[in-house]
Amino acid sequence: MWVNTKRIFKAGFIAFCRNAFVSLSAVLIMVVTLFFIGCIIFSSALLKSSLQTIRDKVDINVYFVTNSQESDVLLFKKTLEKMPEVSKVEYISQDQALDNFRKRHENDQITLQALDELGDNPLGAVLNVKAKETSQYESIANFLNQQNLAQGDNSIIDKINYYQNKDAIDRLTKLIDSGQKIGVVLAIIFALISILITFNTIRLAIFTAKDEISVMQLVGANHIYIRGPFMVGGILYGLTAGIITLILFYPFTYWLNTYTETFFAGDGIFTYYIHNFGQLFLIIIGSGIAIGAVSSFLAVRRHLN
Amino acid sequence: MIYFDNVSKIYDDDSVGLHGVTLKIEPKEFVSIVGHSGAGKTTLLKMILAEEKPTEGKVFFESTNIHDIRKKHMPDYRRHIGVIFQDFRLLPHKTAYENIAFAMEVAGRDEEEIQADVTHVLELVGLGRKMWSFPHQLSGGEKQRVAIARAIVNQPDLIIADEPTGNLDPENTFEVIQLFKKINDLGTTVVLTTHNKGVIDSLNRRVITMEGGKVVRDEVKGGYVL
Repeated sequence: MWVNTKRIFKAGFIAFCRNAFVSLSAVLIMVVTLFFIGCIIFSSALLKSSLQTIRDKVDINVYFVTNSQESDVLLFKKTLEKMPEVSKVEYISQDQALDNFRKRHENDQITLQALDELGDNPLGAVLNVKAKETSQYESIANFLNQQNLAQGDNSIIDKINYYQNKDAIDRLTKLIDSGQKIGVVLAIIFALISILITFNTIRLAIFTAKDEISVMQLVGANHIYIRGPFMVGGILYGLTAGIITLILFYPFTYWLNTYTETFFAGDGIFTYYIHNFGQLFLIIIGSGIAIGAVSSFLAVRRHLN
Repeated sequence: MIYFDNVSKIYDDDSVGLHGVTLKIEPKEFVSIVGHSGAGKTTLLKMILAEEKPTEGKVFFESTNIHDIRKKHMPDYRRHIGVIFQDFRLLPHKTAYENIAFAMEVAGRDEEEIQADVTHVLELVGLGRKMWSFPHQLSGGEKQRVAIARAIVNQPDLIIADEPTGNLDPENTFEVIQLFKKINDLGTTVVLTTHNKGVIDSLNRRVITMEGGKVVRDEVKGGYVL
């Protein structure tokens, strides 16, 4: 068994080296496929990161009346934090709200003068509420609304901005959902197309060896002995193509880094490549080996009687 | 050793490959099969190799019906037969040595045995110096001698040679036929098809003549008569 395995691997390796031209074309086609699979991974990371950035920007702001007590607002904050839909609640005190306002309008002297003339702080405290999923904002807003109505005239809530932003949030939720679905479908379609092209290239390479396969059968080789070296060849195509692809991604992502920094919160695609190299290595090399081995297995099967 | 029992082969396009062929080949015989192109010679050989199935009748190797052999046992059966073709059919990316070693490897022989036997058999066919040459570096006669070496290295019970001298010049033809005679003298059954009258007449062995898929003549010491 061990001797046979050794012979199969040796024969596959020798055939890979001696059929240099056929090997080269198969490897090049596979590099294109693996590069494409890699680009799908990068695009998906890019999309995920962009969507996350957009998601992070969506929140519900609860404005409190100016005469509300800080302890009441903090109690309300605790209630909100207990909700399963809520991921984070940020408290902005009245003073902080005023500071923020001043900073935002530091170049607008008229507004600042008007504020100074008022004397009292006209701004109430604010709670910025973030949901775990954008689709959950509605239920949070409904809860807040119920609280507001239940307390009637004693309510400390002045305004909830969800209903003003509802359309934008709804559209964003749909966009995120569609973006993810379309991304997955497109990735699957393109990956399948490129895998089929690779399969056909390997099939063509093995078609040129169909006479060899029939001779091997006539001299009494069993199917494992015939198929084995071709599968080893396929695995070597995948391995070589995978290594070339990973090397190519280094300058490619480096070049794209500055263009993608905005999507990855300042890090860029090159940093993503370096940080996730282990995972990418396994996916690219694994895909190459799997495509090569399966394509060879199926292609040889056609010529075995 | 081989027995054709009323074997017919009709192809999908209704052409007749064999028609009611009954014949017996004994162990250690040297049998030549002659006939025009399309007479059924190659179909007959393919039946023995189990490359074709008969439409009617049975083909036996010893006591086994060849076409009852299960797919997974076919490699074992084929290792009893050495095959030689007009177009040599060597594995193009293997050297002469590797082509012959391959036939031994698939039979599960160990490395030491392979090394000793391949070297010996290449010396026997006069190619000891060319064992590391690839097929494209060899002449037609040399390629055929490699094919013969590959066919005999596992010491098969039967050698099938389908027009082995068709692509060779007279000198190489003579040498190849001498090799077949030698192999036969050592006890291996040889079945040869050829169009070469000189070869058949010089052999002075059993000759089966085929025409339109039928055996029309079977002579113990025959000549080339069509």
